[in-house]
Amino acid sequence: MAIKMKKKSTSTDMTAMCDVAFLLLTFFILTATAKVPEVMPVDTPASTVQTKLPEKDLATLTVGHGKVFFDVKGKDVRIRTLELMGQKYGVTFSEDDQNKFAIMESFGVPVQNLKQVLDMKPADRKNLQQPGIPKDSLDNQLADWIQNARLANIESHDKELEFAIKGDAKEEYPIIRKVMDILQNQKINSFSLVTGLRGKEK
Amino acid sequence: MAELNTGDGGGKKGSKKVRSKKQNSKVDLTAMVDLAFLLITFFMLTTTLSKPQSMNLGLPDKDPEDKTPPVKVDENRTMTILLGDNNKLVRFVGLLDKPVSGGAPKDFEYGKDGIRKELLSRKAAVLQYTGTKEKGMIVIIKPSKKSNYRNLVDILDEMAIVGVPTYAIVNEFTPEESKLIGGSSIEKTPAAEKTSNP
Repeated sequence: MAIKMKKKSTSTDMTAMCDVAFLLLTFFILTATAKVPEVMPVDTPASTVQTKLPEKDLATLTVGHGKVFFDVKGKDVRIRTLELMGQKYGVTFSEDDQNKFAIMESFGVPVQNLKQVLDMKPADRKNLQQPGIPKDSLDNQLADWIQNARLANIESHDKELEFAIKGDAKEEYPIIRKVMDILQNQKINSFSLVTGLRGKEK
Repeated sequence: MAELNTGDGGGKKGSKKVRSKKQNSKVDLTAMVDLAFLLITFFMLTTTLSKPQSMNLGLPDKDPEDKTPPVKVDENRTMTILLGDNNKLVRFVGLLDKPVSGGAPKDFEYGKDGIRKELLSRKAAVLQYTGTKEKGMIVIIKPSKKSNYRNLVDILDEMAIVGVPTYAIVNEFTPEESKLIGGSSIEKTPAAEKTSNP
């Protein structure tokens, strides 16, 4: 190193870029909604239609293995729905139960047993084999859940609830038909079928 | 590029004259920025892509007091698709006892090379027959008790791809139709085993 060369750094100052990147990262992490674990995983069939489901005012009926699970979006709607169901079936839910129900994932138990499920720890709930919501003509709780959720949604959001059916691809048609019939009996003639995304056809 | 502080940060206070290495207080942030942007990309994509897709389905009003007489349609415009078990699909054009030419009951596969080709050619033929765009093809989908939900979604998807203007899901089966879908399902053709979704 006899000749002194002018030292010029090739690196640029990354501090500002780093700040921006982390700011954005924080934003995206905070806005991302945590995925709610599914009680009953279903394999939805694929389709090329690319309509997204609405974020709110939506009730999802998950159909799989002959069982139906119910889920409705929105804490206030859920609490009101539970109240209405409690009144109808003569089950009282404490405020604690209601709050637990508000943050719970979809469920598939008769309303009489719902209290026991709510008392369980979320970790235990996952292992519980839920029997599905009764939907026979004798004890059609599913229809009541749908009815009350609609009422609750109109009360709190002043909007008609939308319905989506999330069926397992291997599910036989009659059970899907039955769920559609229950919806149609309440004059819900338009609903969504949840599908996976199919890649472009070869 | 990397300009990490390699020199000893202190301690030898008296050796200032001896040290030729320039102390660099800068830390190279390139890797950190890389990581941050990678994570941003990940979160951006997962938030938008995780929303489930859905398919809208409108069914006709099912009011028992509805006394509207059923609409009669030209049988030359209709195609009936029967969905059976094991991904079996049978279609016929027109009426079952007297189908239009080339429209006798025939097995098809789901997907691009199966029912879609048929639907597209029929759609064109119907347009030629009626002459107006308002009177397009009518597809009657009859899912049998043995068919599964995937079959239903697949066929509804085909309707959306092909652009069938009118289609209906019908549950009533005539004895002949159930024979058609149930009778030949015993002999499993290898073609019927294939599903459309690879």
